[in-house]
Amino acid sequence: MPAGAQPILDVKGLRTVFATRQGEVHAVNSVSFDLYPGELLGVVGESGSGKSVTMMSLIGLLPSPPAEVREGQVLFEGIDLLKADAETLRRIRGARIGFVFQDPMTSLNPVFTVGFQLMEPLRKHMGMTKAQARARARELLELVGIPDAGRRLDDYPHQFSGGMRQRVMIAIALACDPKVLIADEPTTALDVTIQAQILELIKELRQKLGMAIIWITHDLGVVAEIADRVIVMYGGQIVEQAPVEALFEDPRHPYTRAHLQTVPHVRGPRAPRLRVIEGQPPILGAPPTACPFRFRCRHRFERCDRENPTRREVAPGHDAACFWSPEEERTAPVAAAGGAHA
Amino acid sequence: MLNYTIRRLILAVPTLLFIALTIFLLLELAPGDPVAHMPLTIPPEVRELMRKALGLGEPVHIRFWKWLVQFFWVEPQVFIDWLTTKSAIAGILPDTQFYVSCAGGDLATCDARILSWQFRSPVMDIVLQRLPQTLWVVGTAYLVAIVIAIPVGVYSAYRQYSWFDNAGTFITMVGFSVPPFFSGVLVIVIFSVQLGWFPSIYDTTHRVTDWDSFVFQLRQMVMPVMVLALQITSQISRFMRASMLDNLNQDYVRTARAKGMTEPTVVLVHVLRNSMIPVVTVIALGIPSIFGGAIITEQVFKVNGIGEMLIKAIEANDIPTVQTLTFIFAVLIVVFNLIADLLYGILDPRIRYD
Ligand SMILES: Nc1ncnc2c1ncn2[C@@H]1O[C@H](COP(=O)(O)OP(=O)(O)OP(=O)(O)O)[C@@H](O)[C@H]1O
Ligand SMILES: [Mg+2]
Repeated sequence: MPAGAQPILDVKGLRTVFATRQGEVHAVNSVSFDLYPGELLGVVGESGSGKSVTMMSLIGLLPSPPAEVREGQVLFEGIDLLKADAETLRRIRGARIGFVFQDPMTSLNPVFTVGFQLMEPLRKHMGMTKAQARARARELLELVGIPDAGRRLDDYPHQFSGGMRQRVMIAIALACDPKVLIADEPTTALDVTIQAQILELIKELRQKLGMAIIWITHDLGVVAEIADRVIVMYGGQIVEQAPVEALFEDPRHPYTRAHLQTVPHVRGPRAPRLRVIEGQPPILGAPPTACPFRFRCRHRFERCDRENPTRREVAPGHDAACFWSPEEERTAPVAAAGGAHA
Repeated sequence: MLNYTIRRLILAVPTLLFIALTIFLLLELAPGDPVAHMPLTIPPEVRELMRKALGLGEPVHIRFWKWLVQFFWVEPQVFIDWLTTKSAIAGILPDTQFYVSCAGGDLATCDARILSWQFRSPVMDIVLQRLPQTLWVVGTAYLVAIVIAIPVGVYSAYRQYSWFDNAGTFITMVGFSVPPFFSGVLVIVIFSVQLGWFPSIYDTTHRVTDWDSFVFQLRQMVMPVMVLALQITSQISRFMRASMLDNLNQDYVRTARAKGMTEPTVVLVHVLRNSMIPVVTVIALGIPSIFGGAIITEQVFKVNGIGEMLIKAIEANDIPTVQTLTFIFAVLIVVFNLIADLLYGILDPRIRYD
């Protein structure tokens, strides 16, 4: 990142808890990260690691109850979003921060035309007249590559395919030229060709509009292709944060390392067998007091059961939340010889 | 849509014929003699002649056919004549004279109407006389219920488990489970016997001519409307609440919030528009019951509306009246089913009839 630049979004110590019948679920635990203008931040982590909940907590989109954002600070343009009143937050949502949700099939209102849904934020936030909003809505549909945009404004969501609906969602999120776009697995529900098209589209739009993007995904291939920086989440916390090259070349957290091995490589030497990470991701009934990954970790030792590691810098701009480090292993051949590498 | 409507209307014909036949045969099988209540001094031969005069002498299929002709051919003629001569709406049209009364004497060419055995006058005329009472009372109750139930349902769902919602749940449960013959008597005891605010008997001869008579009309309507509206409000508000709850958790609601829409827009535009789809159809399906009159409530408050007319006709063995009223309800139910389906198609863009 450009040194000295101000982050546009600065999240510190975010903690989100759900009240359920079985008790509390600590879905997000002390998550801190920042986002710089024009940057594309990839967020990876397996299902249930708290990616969606983290992002929705930022702008108050979680239903409360059951959700409660218990601690933290989310600075956006000098305002703490967690303390802001409903009206301030509403003015930011959709106007300054755009959101694309995980499921394109159900995220649009079935009884209103796509044009209506696209024009709504334009009229609300930008004070456009109906005619102006319509013209802009048409431009937006063209921007996201929907052919025959003028006519399709009057169509209903069910008349669009999944990929087209996701493009509409992106168009809605982009409608008011937001400074930040949060895209929650925008391509997971789509087939590979459409996925590639949407990726191209985002890369293109990012260059054109210069906004910062948070891109949530399971797909490390996608991350490698588009992200500048990556955060890896596990058990409701960030376990590693690194520039994208560093993450792929020198992953530090055992979870990241294992995760990278679960991805099949098309080129290069063929792995003897695709690895799976044994075990289940945790569901936390209380704030973790030990490393959440310890039960599945190959490098677990006694300290991991006592203490939850905090993130520490391992290289410039690269940090990981783990007591173990690959160097220790290299410099301690005795342990390695008796360990899993034998 | 037009094609669909026409197809449905054509399909309705066999349905209605079958219903007509069923009603006819059921009443045919029912025991009872229309001249049984005549004085015992009437000799049997005269009694037989009287039966014949009522049309009972002929075989079943002939009588069924005659009734069909009367219902579908003669009565519409009378109705059209009435529309073009007396009604306010179509009064400007040239007067028609389709119906030929049998009072003139020529029995071969005149049109016989469906006559009530107990009143000796055309059933449809009595229906038209009774309809205003029913519409005033039951229709008002239905309107009041809709106007109350929809906001209550919306707010209960939006604030689920709040004290408002809990109170609403309790009241609707009471409204559901307390029958009108109980709640009706209860409000009579409280409001007319104890407090003396409202008359306990509905005066159907009352005519609204000026402000005072209008106020009197309102006062005598309050109690029956209250009893009926409680029941209908309970049903519709529960339905509205359930439908809202279904929709409030949908993903598109989150999208609307993420777009920065205000809460009123989210709830009253996005969610309500979706939730109204099933509620509107339920409301449409309930309209025939207005015409059916709330039989019990009309009895309790002595409103001589359609429901009361049906009960009296059954008691008096007045078969043409029972048959005709029952069949009118059947027609209304079929028609409003179609209307409900069409409304569904209009409100929900995902449904297309073609
Ligand atoms: N409404 C809720 N009530 C209780 N727990 C919840 C609720 N929503 C989410 N959670 C919990 O929060 C945790 C994180 O969920 P989240 O949706 O953020 O996962 P995710 O990383 O986005 O996964 P995916 O990749 O499948 O989208 C999960 O363990 C889930 O059980
Ligand atoms: Mg998710």
